[in-house]
Amino acid sequence: MGAGHTHRLYRHGDSPVHGLPPHTKLAATFAFVIVVVSTPREAMWAFGLYALLLATVACAARIPAGFLLGRLLIEVPFVAFAVLMPFVAQGERVEVLGMSLSVNGLWGAWNVLAKGTLGVAASVLLASTTELRELLLGLQRLKLPPLLVQIASFMIRYGDVIADEMRRMRIARESRGFEARGVRHWGVLAKSAGALFIRSYERGERVHLAMVSRGYAGSMPVIDEVTASRAQWSYALALPCAALVICLLGWVL
Amino acid sequence: MTASLDVSGLAYAYPDGHQALFGVDFSVARGERVALLGPNGAGKTTLVLHLNGILTGGTGKVTVAGLPVDRRNMAEVRRRVGIVFQDPDDQLFMPTVREDVAFGPAAAGMKGTELEGCVDRALALVGMAEFKDRPPHHLSFGQRRRVAVATVLAMEPEILVLDEPSSNLDPASRRELADILRSLDVTVLMVTHDLPYALELCPRALILSDGVIAADGPTAGLLSDDELMRAHRLELPFGFDPRSVSASG
Repeated sequence: MGAGHTHRLYRHGDSPVHGLPPHTKLAATFAFVIVVVSTPREAMWAFGLYALLLATVACAARIPAGFLLGRLLIEVPFVAFAVLMPFVAQGERVEVLGMSLSVNGLWGAWNVLAKGTLGVAASVLLASTTELRELLLGLQRLKLPPLLVQIASFMIRYGDVIADEMRRMRIARESRGFEARGVRHWGVLAKSAGALFIRSYERGERVHLAMVSRGYAGSMPVIDEVTASRAQWSYALALPCAALVICLLGWVL
Repeated sequence: MTASLDVSGLAYAYPDGHQALFGVDFSVARGERVALLGPNGAGKTTLVLHLNGILTGGTGKVTVAGLPVDRRNMAEVRRRVGIVFQDPDDQLFMPTVREDVAFGPAAAGMKGTELEGCVDRALALVGMAEFKDRPPHHLSFGQRRRVAVATVLAMEPEILVLDEPSSNLDPASRRELADILRSLDVTVLMVTHDLPYALELCPRALILSDGVIAADGPTAGLLSDDELMRAHRLELPFGFDPRSVSASG
């Protein structure tokens, strides 16, 4: 679906991975992440194998490595603090390049970095092979509370509308000679934010009116039913199952 | 034949005490196209919200094709009265055009190929079939207004109620919408300030002023009555003379 309506993370294609029903992909990604975080951090080889598994999926989905690595940068601010751990953690210390680092901290940093990167890579793969709209259908199918799915769906629909409204308000401000330059101007910005909130709230009321007028009675009608065959499920779950074997070996060896 | 819409003695005061309607009476026959004119604050929107039971609790009665608007008939009434709101961004709330048009019928329990057929038919009526899988915010304003009309047509309504259908449309989109409305075989109640548009599309007009129907008659006749127009703050655009334009049916 959706010529033109693609979010920035999505990469159009018709690989076998793109073709899988969204809920199987969601379940597989979630299970994979759970397995990865339950792996003992000392089993470094296991994380290598996980990365290999994801690379296989990326290959099957025909996602170029450059695209995937670029998207992985999102992780940087979140793992930045992991880099600090070897310096601040307590316990036994080792000398590396003339710096005294904590062994525990090094393990901790490795743990965060490896598991974080694998989790983000799995999510990036999911996002680049599944359209936003499909993700919502998948969540709905996986019985996420309908209210949450509806909120997410309205966010997608009205994000641009509200951003546009915000842009018009900024232009109106600037047309009257206002430019936010410092703390003294925060008051004006706060008032704009308040006005935007009220406008959005009122729009919400009007949208609700339009929904009620077309027979809305508390739950969204099911328009697209997503279904998955047994083969599609087993195909999707091959990833977390393979990961589970690695994880178990990691604990045993 | 029963009228598509029958309103009698409708009065309504908002919870804050502001009285918007003081006994409104009118009737619209099946297949008619009627314009509802009136200055700002005349109670037009309040009246519209009574037609499908969003507002209730005043006195008076509204019936749609013989069906009284009350709690028991609400679902059926909302299917029969299709309201197209002024801002299409309020009306189009689903991620794609197709899902939006399907919303009403699906809420009424339609499914599968029947639902698809219904969506295709409604979009074809407004000439938007090729935009089926597009998200509403990637369409032009005129296209969004047409899709908004389709969302309502998909429910096969008895009466189409349009709130300011020509607002914010450029002349070409305005004409396209007029062509579409003329081609539909459905009763239309059009709430508008756009008097030439009312004259173009609706042979009959009502003037709502201060919460009552102040005039009811052929649109050309009402618009030519300078005194009546002045009394209800209605003004024709500069240079427009209703007597020199022949209304099309």
